[in-house]
Amino acid sequence: MSTIRVLAGTRKGAFILTSDGKREKWDVSGPHFAGWEMYHLKGSPVDPNRIYASQTSGWFGQIIQRSDDGGKTWHQPGTPPGEPAAPGPPKSASNKFAYDTAAAPLTTHQWYDGTQHPWEFKRVWHLEPSLTDPDTVYAGVEDAGLFRSTDGGENWRELPGLRGHGTGPKWQPGAGGMCLHTIILDPKNPKRIYIAISAAGAFRTDDGGATWKPINKGLRSQYIPDPNAEVGHCVHHIAMHPQRPGTLFMQKHWDVMRSDDAGDNWKEVSGNLPTDFGFVIDVHAHQPETIYVVPIKSDSEHFPLDGQLRVFRSRTGGNEWEALTKGLPQKDCYVNVLRDAMAVDSLDKCGIYFGTTGGQIYASSDAGDSWNPIVRDLPAVLSIEVQTIS
Amino acid sequence: MIRIVLPFHLRTLAHVGSELTLEVEAPITQRSVLDALEALYPMLRGAIRDHDTLQRRPFLRFFACEEDLSHESADAPLPDAVTSGKEPFIIIGAIAGG
Repeated sequence: MSTIRVLAGTRKGAFILTSDGKREKWDVSGPHFAGWEMYHLKGSPVDPNRIYASQTSGWFGQIIQRSDDGGKTWHQPGTPPGEPAAPGPPKSASNKFAYDTAAAPLTTHQWYDGTQHPWEFKRVWHLEPSLTDPDTVYAGVEDAGLFRSTDGGENWRELPGLRGHGTGPKWQPGAGGMCLHTIILDPKNPKRIYIAISAAGAFRTDDGGATWKPINKGLRSQYIPDPNAEVGHCVHHIAMHPQRPGTLFMQKHWDVMRSDDAGDNWKEVSGNLPTDFGFVIDVHAHQPETIYVVPIKSDSEHFPLDGQLRVFRSRTGGNEWEALTKGLPQKDCYVNVLRDAMAVDSLDKCGIYFGTTGGQIYASSDAGDSWNPIVRDLPAVLSIEVQTIS
Repeated sequence: MIRIVLPFHLRTLAHVGSELTLEVEAPITQRSVLDALEALYPMLRGAIRDHDTLQRRPFLRFFACEEDLSHESADAPLPDAVTSGKEPFIIIGAIAGG
């Protein structure tokens, strides 16, 4: 029987929740890295026991952790597990994220007040392991940049073509910072990668990361001077079904969007959603036209409408949405669901999982028809990933 | 022998207890002590000082002998009580309370 492993990053540590394929009883392990902000954990698709984690702190900076045994033990890449490194010069710098200023000089970006501001590394928001090599992993960072390690996280090199695209001075931080938070690797075209930045928009490379183009045509954002600008849009998250890598679904700051031409053009599919502000969006594991969002009241009020936590599902790729409420609190609920805090498993009856800023992780083992909390009282959940292990 | 006290989160990173000791060659300064610390515990590189500039991270402070040495020169000699091992060199997260 399959094992389901939910990887949860929270404001105060990481948690690993494990169940069998029934997804009824859950074992909770953690907190790992107690007291640290764990922005994201994700396992390698080709070696599920290889898990990468972003551990971060305003005091102590960025740390990368790696597990090679499914999250039982962890170590900083390049450092022997569980022990201090041997004396001598450091053999690696797994926590060093240096922008490649030789290839792309650091520019400034737009600050909240419209002035220009220096580019500074702050943290890793998202880790995306390669689809084919467990030692290769991408990191999306704040201030926005894309890094790659090919040695299991020991050393990181920027892919400077993105930051060097030339529009950097027009990028600006969203409320959470100027973060590169979404990385999608095309399973059918290893040269193609999609990324998204708040608030710059979505970008695509078709040459393995050397050059990038903004893919924001069709997005419209009232909070920038030119609502149809090439860059400056606050894209909150993008999702793709691996069988249809040319179709993308986007939760923008406001508006749910879709593209059927690899991001070249977008159209709005918010349809009958009660509000189209939100953060997460995901796609059913087996039905490429079934998508999920969690509408949030507004950009000023980051909680569900009317205190009702509702997941909305569209079986038509957008426009027509149904509210999923069974098992979710329908009064006095004022949590948020952050951009990386929803994931799906790949069992026959697709499981959907999301975490809240109130510390609950909800799971559905029937594609969203009904929900149960796996845990209720974790620290605020920053990210959720799910592994389906045969 | 130099005694060093790390904040909780750096202890867990380095897998050490609340206080550790280091042999450091003279001159005993913030820089030489931190160089020795990072050489023995490379996982702390970047967590106390910037990788490249070696500037103290802004939310960390260096205390010793009931004095705040955070803004002293990295190459200034540390107090005799630190070099003799009588007093520890304390690395601490900024913010006194809250």
